[in-house]
Amino acid sequence: MANGNSLPLGPEIFSAQGICRAFDKEHGNHQVLSDVNVSLREGEIVGLLGRSGSGKSTLLRIIAGLIQPSEGSVMYQGQPVTGPQAGVAMVFQTFALFPWLTVMENVEAGLEAQGVARAERRRRALAAIDLIGLDGFENAYPRELSGGMRQRVGFARALVVQPNLLLMDEPFSALDVLTAETLRSDLLELWCEKRLGIKTVLIVTHNIEEAVFMCDRILILSSNPGRVVAEVPVTFPHPRNRLDPAFRRLVDDIYAKMTARKGADAAAKRLEFGSFLPEVSINLLAGMIETVAVAPYNGHADLPVIAEHMHLEVDELFLVAEMLEHFRFADVREGDITLTKAGMQYADYDTQQRKILFANHLLRNVPLAAHIRKVLAERRDQRAPRSRFEQELEDYLNDGAAAEALAAVIDWGRYAEIFSYNDQTETFSLDDVEGGQ
Amino acid sequence: MANGFYPIPAFAQRLMPNRWDFVAFPLIICMLALASRGFHQTLEPLSTLKTQAVSLDPIHLPEYGLRTTLRMLAAMVASLLFTLSYGALAAKSRRAEKVLVPILDILQSVPVLGYISFTVTFFLALFPGRVIGAELAAIFAIFTSQAWNMTFSFYQSLRTLPRDLIEVSQNLRLTAWQRFWKLEVPFATPGLIWNMMMSMSGGWFFVVASEAITVGDKTIILPGIGAYLAEAIQQRHIMAVGWVIIAMTVIILAYDQLLFRPLVAWADKYRMEDTAAAEAPESWLLNLIRRTRLIQRILRPFGIALGAFVRKPWHMPLPDAVYSTSNTSVSRVIDKIYDASVALLAAYAAWHIVRYVGSGVDAGEVLHVVGLATITMLRVLVLIAVASLIWVPLGVLIGLRPRLAEKMQPLAQFMAAFPANLFFPIFVVLIVHFHGNPDIWLSPLIVLGTQWYILFNVIAGASAFPNDYREASTNFQIRGWQWWRQIMLPGIFPYYVTGAITASGGAWNASIVAEAVQWGDTKLAAHGLGAYIAQNTADANYPKILLGIAVMSLFVVVFNRLLWRPLYAIAENKLRLN
Repeated sequence: MANGNSLPLGPEIFSAQGICRAFDKEHGNHQVLSDVNVSLREGEIVGLLGRSGSGKSTLLRIIAGLIQPSEGSVMYQGQPVTGPQAGVAMVFQTFALFPWLTVMENVEAGLEAQGVARAERRRRALAAIDLIGLDGFENAYPRELSGGMRQRVGFARALVVQPNLLLMDEPFSALDVLTAETLRSDLLELWCEKRLGIKTVLIVTHNIEEAVFMCDRILILSSNPGRVVAEVPVTFPHPRNRLDPAFRRLVDDIYAKMTARKGADAAAKRLEFGSFLPEVSINLLAGMIETVAVAPYNGHADLPVIAEHMHLEVDELFLVAEMLEHFRFADVREGDITLTKAGMQYADYDTQQRKILFANHLLRNVPLAAHIRKVLAERRDQRAPRSRFEQELEDYLNDGAAAEALAAVIDWGRYAEIFSYNDQTETFSLDDVEGGQ
Repeated sequence: MANGFYPIPAFAQRLMPNRWDFVAFPLIICMLALASRGFHQTLEPLSTLKTQAVSLDPIHLPEYGLRTTLRMLAAMVASLLFTLSYGALAAKSRRAEKVLVPILDILQSVPVLGYISFTVTFFLALFPGRVIGAELAAIFAIFTSQAWNMTFSFYQSLRTLPRDLIEVSQNLRLTAWQRFWKLEVPFATPGLIWNMMMSMSGGWFFVVASEAITVGDKTIILPGIGAYLAEAIQQRHIMAVGWVIIAMTVIILAYDQLLFRPLVAWADKYRMEDTAAAEAPESWLLNLIRRTRLIQRILRPFGIALGAFVRKPWHMPLPDAVYSTSNTSVSRVIDKIYDASVALLAAYAAWHIVRYVGSGVDAGEVLHVVGLATITMLRVLVLIAVASLIWVPLGVLIGLRPRLAEKMQPLAQFMAAFPANLFFPIFVVLIVHFHGNPDIWLSPLIVLGTQWYILFNVIAGASAFPNDYREASTNFQIRGWQWWRQIMLPGIFPYYVTGAITASGGAWNASIVAEAVQWGDTKLAAHGLGAYIAQNTADANYPKILLGIAVMSLFVVVFNRLLWRPLYAIAENKLRLN
């Protein structure tokens, strides 16, 4: 089997320099990507690893020519990219198959667009279907297939146009663990045997193990704004063994890199009024505190271990851990999570005490919650419409994010009983809240 | 007719900028006024127009039925072409959208039967002295009853294309033309076919009404089911009314079996759901076609030609607004200029209408008409309420019994499609016989045809009601009024609103033929705007017709905004079960 790193790397296929992408907002720009550089060379699989909100999918779409960067230049084989390119094919997380076309017709779709003759289309589509292990399913409609088979159609459709660059947007994350692993191995085998006819592959993922398993080089993106914070070469030969201690060390190492914080960062971790708040349920927050507090962890644990223990995807794990940090219930650094004193207390308390402690930390650490409480207290009828806060937030966050942040605060605020919210009338109030009248 | 999928009617769920209504409204009424202007010049050809006499011998009914059917088919083809072009333009051009969507919305509120007199004169002017003009006018009337909701459905689909499929089309570098046929039309197909069925079912009512039109002292007769009915009424021939009802029944059933069932079964593959349906729609005709080699062989060349046609790498001259949002300062300036010129045009149109209507009526007349509209509105409200009181409980009881629902649902859908105006003579005979008060006893006629929409939507809602909820309510022994109030009524509410919106829209339209009826020489009229429009149509008093249409459209628009849309929002946001 080929060793990813020992191969002499070919010429540069694709490069993106100084990529920025921002949404215009009244109060300054909301940056999704900031000064990102990516270069893809012939013969390598490159991973883009990041958490949700790191703009990794946005970056992939810029590379695919589906959206334009606000700043920076994108070059494909020496030519600037201004739109979708011939020779760049994409595989989607959702498969994105046309439900009204059969497997065969789906695979032929790209060739049809290029005006390839009927007989030639048929021949090439059959070859791709054969290669990817779909023979016998030519006449099936996507809805008749399992998830794994559907994604195989997605691969066949991408491969049949004989692309130089294959872009994959979380291609395995909608599949169950076993199916995903089979598909990954099949794909790597074809790649190593050089039967795919592809020059280079870029895969977007939030799954650290997947990145280490497949890639020759991993680019780690930070969140808000997305920036390449580390580049990790992976030199293990294929097929890789997930249980190999060296493999595990690299995974741990990447966990650490993704949770690393630079000196000045601590201050930046304080939430502001317009900060984005992810909808993390109280159950998950409490669940992680409880898990980490007891033996064998006793208040201190390795994040990868907790991820496995709680059956959490890395993406979700980071969200929960980070929110605990914002609430000052935990410290996260170097891939480890440590509960604070308040965090340990929370684990000990009964339901009512927990609510009081949580309310305390919510008001102190989440400015949006404090703001809502303050506005309500100032009003004579102690009520305020949702739209009021939504409008304030929209100055800082884009449409969906403002609504999500508000939903998160509503959930936490209801649990903490610092205000109540009526979804029918869309109003906040201090009715039935301790301290309200 | 299809069981199983009930998309929300497009007209009830779109996003709409309200102020553009003020632009659309005068533009539409002005178009009608312009059409009627032509009338004065075409009076001559109209009186020399030779129309065929209609015989009441039932032996002619198959031929009449065929002619009526062909009119319906022609209108459907026209509606489809209109839908594909208008809908695509509205969805793809931001500037066109601003005007086209409100226009469509108002058009839905304009009573089709109100402006038949205008369109007849318009088409007769195009083909002076020839029957084709009258034919086209009838087809146009059916078209206007069918096209709008189909177009809305298509537009709505184009606005809700799944993002990943758009991206994959771009990545595969389909041209706009290829994408239209490979992605956009297929995605819109299920909703479009559903709306075609609804349109067709509403259309029978209008085809019957538009085949025999009296404008002034001249009656235009187009041989067909409607003309046969008109002749039967003229001759007080109740047997003939019976014959025409039977003929219509056969036609509707044939249409369902030969056109829509195969269409629905065929379109099943265009559903977006990931899983195969438990019960895919079936059609014996489609199965026959699929299994018969000869038919397959005849059809194949067409299929290949069609395939080649849609694969052509043409670039459509349409902007890609759906996919990109250009927002440069230059385009913003052009936007302003565009907005201003549209507003100016609308203002000019409004002034034009006021002047035209003002030439025939005074302020007192306007007040009078508003009063009549209020009466008709009360009539619609009361009858929808009465129909709801009857059909909601019955619909629930039927819907909760799957086997009964399976039998009743096609019947309810058939009743909704059946043109209720065929039954009018029977009612009129009874009212005349018992000397009933027309103001009261003509009222039920306006919901005679449309009440069934409430029934079959409620049946659908109750059938779709999750079994878990029913078991939970049984488990907690929730019964009686509490069961209706907390379990069943909220459960079927979204479906009920969908049905009631359709029913009330139909009722406004029906008022024009239901509030003024006749049996031979006996004429009955109720007080109301429908009767006002009908009588002025018979008198060929154009400014008054225009006033009547404008006021009715206005009432329908306001009625929808103040009653149905809020109800729909509640149903959508708070009471969806999934």
